[in-house]
Amino acid sequence: MAAISELEAALRPPAMEMPPYPPKAIRLASGEAMVVRSATRDEVPILLQAIHPLLWVERDFYDIVAARLFAELLAYKRYRVRDEYVLVGLIDGVLAGLVNGRLVDAKTGMSYHTLTIRRGLRVGSHLFAAKMEYHIEHCRQEEVLIVAESPIGFRRWMIEYPLEKRLEVQHELGGVPSWVLPRDTYYKAKPRLVAGRRPVPDELLRAAESIALPTEEAVVQQVSGGKEGGA
Amino acid sequence: MKAVYIAGAGMTKFGRSEWPLIPLAGAASLAALRDANLGKIPVDGVVVANMGAARINHQTALGSALADYLALCPATAEAVENGPASGASAFKIGCQAIASGMADAVLVTGVERMRVVDGLEGTDFVATLSQPDVEYIYGVTLPSLAGMFARLFMDRHGVERKHLAMIAIKNHENAMENPYAHIHQTITMEGILTAPEAVVNNPPIAEPLHLFDCCPVSDGAASLVLVSEAVAAKLGGRSVRVAGIGQATDSHAVHEREDPTDLKAVRIASEKAFALADLKPKDVDVVELHDAFTILELAESEAAGFYKPGTAHKAVERGETRRTGKLPVNPCGGLKAKGHPVGATGVAQLVELTWQLRGEAKGRQVKGAKVAYACNFGGFGNNVVATVLRREGA
Repeated sequence: MAAISELEAALRPPAMEMPPYPPKAIRLASGEAMVVRSATRDEVPILLQAIHPLLWVERDFYDIVAARLFAELLAYKRYRVRDEYVLVGLIDGVLAGLVNGRLVDAKTGMSYHTLTIRRGLRVGSHLFAAKMEYHIEHCRQEEVLIVAESPIGFRRWMIEYPLEKRLEVQHELGGVPSWVLPRDTYYKAKPRLVAGRRPVPDELLRAAESIALPTEEAVVQQVSGGKEGGA
Repeated sequence: MKAVYIAGAGMTKFGRSEWPLIPLAGAASLAALRDANLGKIPVDGVVVANMGAARINHQTALGSALADYLALCPATAEAVENGPASGASAFKIGCQAIASGMADAVLVTGVERMRVVDGLEGTDFVATLSQPDVEYIYGVTLPSLAGMFARLFMDRHGVERKHLAMIAIKNHENAMENPYAHIHQTITMEGILTAPEAVVNNPPIAEPLHLFDCCPVSDGAASLVLVSEAVAAKLGGRSVRVAGIGQATDSHAVHEREDPTDLKAVRIASEKAFALADLKPKDVDVVELHDAFTILELAESEAAGFYKPGTAHKAVERGETRRTGKLPVNPCGGLKAKGHPVGATGVAQLVELTWQLRGEAKGRQVKGAKVAYACNFGGFGNNVVATVLRREGA
């Protein structure tokens, strides 16, 4: 890390030691392999580029998720949120989705957002599961605080795991009170919701070394379902 | 009956539509009317198929609404609600109007806009077709009925989940060639069944049926222009003839059937349609089945007479039902991948078959198709309409 000024140092939150997220490969319904790995601060600009066109897509609350994620990614890049991490899902090196969150303390995690670009293959479910895996298995936390901003998220997290209500806790994303995934619920859900293989074959890892973006048109088309054929 | 011809066919892309109900129906109707090119020949009647508008779109009397929207007044107008068989029922009524001599040109349009409600409400709305006192009241849904049916059918005939997966894979592959299909995504056996990740990719919906055994919830519209022989002659050339239609009902509650795996209404409706057409199942070149669940493609193909009971899954294994196989089934992607806007489905099946018989199905064209069959499956098999179409001159 480059040297920073005293003032900049004062503006940055103290950082906790965060374990690395070991990459994994997931075989999707399409037969394609999606590599899930952590994203570095240097990769944030390309992620912002992917998210940018979604700021105006109202369908399925993409606008609010994209806008908040945009700010969270900037905060990650510029050291303005404490202990944040970002995971990306890449299919043949092309961004399929991303998730982020942060560590509140050694025992508690805070899930932020899950954004799927390649829809219809449960990419969001896989990435959310990877995020929970990171908190519980790699960071060895006791629980993760979670809210959903769309009905899809509510079905995927609150119902499918299922999460417990922790209504006395205010989630950092504001709005509704928090739900929580405790460690034991995670392990009960793991056989049916958490997938992936390690180590990732070299060939797949190499393809996932850098992040390529689908075209802006393809991103909007994927998330909004707009295609030729009318109506 | 007097001969009935299909002079025009059109549909919207299935999926999620931002368009209101009547403009959605109007888009498909205009495509069909443009295709028919009726010129100064008036449209005598409009029949609209729909299942849920009164409940989920808060709109009724769709026939009158569409006739006015398309400036077709004073044409006669009706709306038909017959569950998921609404589409082919409306088609049958349109045919009857022409066959009886009461009309020379009828527009039949199926439309549904289901994505305005969430999945739970959508599932509940479709479940209202079940028997209220002994099914719905106990929480029966269409996926749960299909799950119970699948378990019994698979156990009885030695069908395995891999056979259902083969059907899903085939239909997704076919839909890739259909610009109107809801889902444009190929799937693989590894991804949905054999890989360790398949448990997450393809979760159970109603065992033994999993996510990729079930059709999506879709919006969409499809439309046909039916004409009399006299009008068809004026229009010239490429008309498709309605060779036969059959319809049959079965007990409302599935458990009251002597054999719940015997789709009696499919069998009887198909026999009637083939008898009217003076054709046999072996004469058929291309088939559209109502695969709201993959298991139904197997069961219907047997009940309709294409395969002996308990053998259709072997035909699937041999690849016979692929687009290039001996009996192509659901070349458009079926309900499984093309989508299933319930009221539109029966009409959309016939739109696809019209294009197939005219040789206009492009990348999904079944070579040399002359005779086509469709099964529109209402309720859980308690009201079925079967249709046989024939290319003129074939």
